[in-house]
Amino acid sequence: MKRLRRVWAVIALPALSLLLAVIVGSIVMLVAELLVSGQLRPDLPVRAYVALVSGSLGTPNAIINTLVQATPLVLGGLSVGLAFKAGMFNIGVQGQFLIGALASIAVATQFRTFEPGIVGLLISLGAGVLAGALYGFIPGILKAVSGAHEVVTTIMLNYIAVSVVAAIVSTVLDVPGSPSPITLDTGTASLPNIVGRNGHLGIIFGPLVAIAIGWLLFRTTWGFELRTAGANPDAARYAGMSPRRIIVWAMSLAGALGGAAGATEVLGVTHQMTPTYGTTVGFDSIAVAVLGRNNPVGIVFGALLFGGMRAGAGAMQINAGVPADMVYVLQGTILLFIVASALVRRIFRLRAAGPGLEEAATITRSYGGGAARAA
Amino acid sequence: MDIVQLLYDIPLIGLVFQLIGYLIDVFPTVAPIVMQAAVPIAFAALCGVMCERSGVVNIGIEGTMLTAAFVGFAAGAFLLPVVPGGTINLGLFNATPVLLIALALAVLSGVLVSLLHAWLSISVKADQIIAGTIINIAAIGITGYLNTLIARTSPIGAGQFGNLAVPAALTDLPFVGWIFTTLFAQGPITILLLVVVVVFQVMLFRSRWGLRTRAAGEHPRAAETVGINVIRLRYRNVLIGGVLAGLGGAYLSMDISGSFQYIMTNGRGFIGLAAVIIGRWSPLGAFGAALLFGSAKGIGDSFRIVPPPDELGQLVGLLPQQTFDALPYLVTIIVLAGVIGRTVGPAAAGQPYERESAA
Repeated sequence: MKRLRRVWAVIALPALSLLLAVIVGSIVMLVAELLVSGQLRPDLPVRAYVALVSGSLGTPNAIINTLVQATPLVLGGLSVGLAFKAGMFNIGVQGQFLIGALASIAVATQFRTFEPGIVGLLISLGAGVLAGALYGFIPGILKAVSGAHEVVTTIMLNYIAVSVVAAIVSTVLDVPGSPSPITLDTGTASLPNIVGRNGHLGIIFGPLVAIAIGWLLFRTTWGFELRTAGANPDAARYAGMSPRRIIVWAMSLAGALGGAAGATEVLGVTHQMTPTYGTTVGFDSIAVAVLGRNNPVGIVFGALLFGGMRAGAGAMQINAGVPADMVYVLQGTILLFIVASALVRRIFRLRAAGPGLEEAATITRSYGGGAARAA
Repeated sequence: MDIVQLLYDIPLIGLVFQLIGYLIDVFPTVAPIVMQAAVPIAFAALCGVMCERSGVVNIGIEGTMLTAAFVGFAAGAFLLPVVPGGTINLGLFNATPVLLIALALAVLSGVLVSLLHAWLSISVKADQIIAGTIINIAAIGITGYLNTLIARTSPIGAGQFGNLAVPAALTDLPFVGWIFTTLFAQGPITILLLVVVVVFQVMLFRSRWGLRTRAAGEHPRAAETVGINVIRLRYRNVLIGGVLAGLGGAYLSMDISGSFQYIMTNGRGFIGLAAVIIGRWSPLGAFGAALLFGSAKGIGDSFRIVPPPDELGQLVGLLPQQTFDALPYLVTIIVLAGVIGRTVGPAAAGQPYERESAA
């Protein structure tokens, strides 16, 4: 009983926020439908949510699809969460993802007929991770050396990554003679299918990497230094740590995780790239990290929730006629209720105040005026 | 002419001269493109200055602008068949009653979204970056969702504002004519921007409100001690910021175009945040930074449309065209990291204010 109450104390807020978001989503659907088509359709939210849930959990393949969708979100969420722990806001997962994906494709297409495939796969994965790390290193070193704020530099790097992908895919990686620019497929260097129609090997990366990052953060000196520098750079410096060095390492590792997300996605799901190859993983990762309270376990669950929504969004659009963007309304609303936790507690008369967003609160402190003194 | 050719022919350094020559040639032509690119970023940056100077970090500007852009378009489409005489041309800027009401609603939506940010940041004392992230995610969701819904009825918007008719006597002036074209042969929102930049710059550094705003952003406790209501001041500034972001959003869907596209802000709100830092938290500086960014975009575009001559052209021709799109972002990073370096923003920006009695 005591144990149960402790579990409830942790999951109550996310669970009730989800419930409230579902209610808000229903209202949005009803009102929007009323405004646009002039008819009140009370069954619409029910049909939408049934389609959403069955599209993400209804069949074995739907569940596998949820896992596949959740995988880049776990990696991206860990990337954002790790940077948060170090007191930085990595909005650059988008760019790290794209550059990682591009590097993986560039290598994998060279090894696409190579046997055994595992060699090409490992090298391609490594290339993606390394490229992502380099792309995370840039904002890290810029912040450490010149104080340029990572919120701005990572966003700029996201847009640069889009252009780099477009430029390289439509020139050096383009298949000669193809009607529109596209790369070769990854062939034997792809992540092999292990379960169901499209459950690739990468779905085990999420939990494995989460455990590794959890160990790194909470069981190693390096992780301790990182968390200290994030919570209080002055204290860290006083204790003989170098916040600047930690900034560079943390951003590089965050970039590596973002790159891994991109590598997993192209090697496991798309197998090819087009010049306009895009992703929403960047934004979704931030939401996942906030939902999971920057905790690796929480991030895995947050990613499963959002991965499920992404997996079911298509079914919702097709079967219930509700545009897939509804999923973003739900995501935003869930986060809103989590952040405004006092409101949720009042609505449901929750007494136990679980661990809040105290750690995340250090992010904003590093913005603006605080940044100059912190670095 | 011979001297110019001589300069152009110097190995390597000649390229720099060729670039300068090219820029002098094309700048009058691309200046309007520069201005168009700069206007929404400038509004976003002014919103950022307004919020951060009073101590609130607002990274939800992107979402605020996106919402306003959508509301401006959708309100026009809804009102067009409803308002009698809604399409009468009022003479100036091709404005119609529907267009003006839609603009007002767009600005109002910007204020409402900002109210949410203000409530989360100031009253709930939530992390302000997370509050902004929520607004961005929710704005993409709600505008994308509603846009897909109304696209089924293939709506016709209320159109777009026209440009001010500047007398040809001014625009045809040699050497300086293009300045008048760039600044004044523009829609109402651009003209408004020029006014806002000047007024805001003066107010922030010369008025009582400006002094109080800066005090609330630097040392809110001290400000409260001398009788300034920090909470109310921050609310007011964030809401005014919402007006500015709303105008920036409306510019996209009601001035340079007459329609809405999915995520049409395309990062301008974030670039505005960079402009705040590059402009060192001053309205004039932010506007300058927006122009710098716009210039990089204008030059990138002109490389594509009018390839430069000589060796410079050969060099540019080696690059894939897509790389020109990255130019504004690259310039922003270089300026931020290289030229601006460590900047000092308002000291209390991002920290929720706790009243003494409440603490």
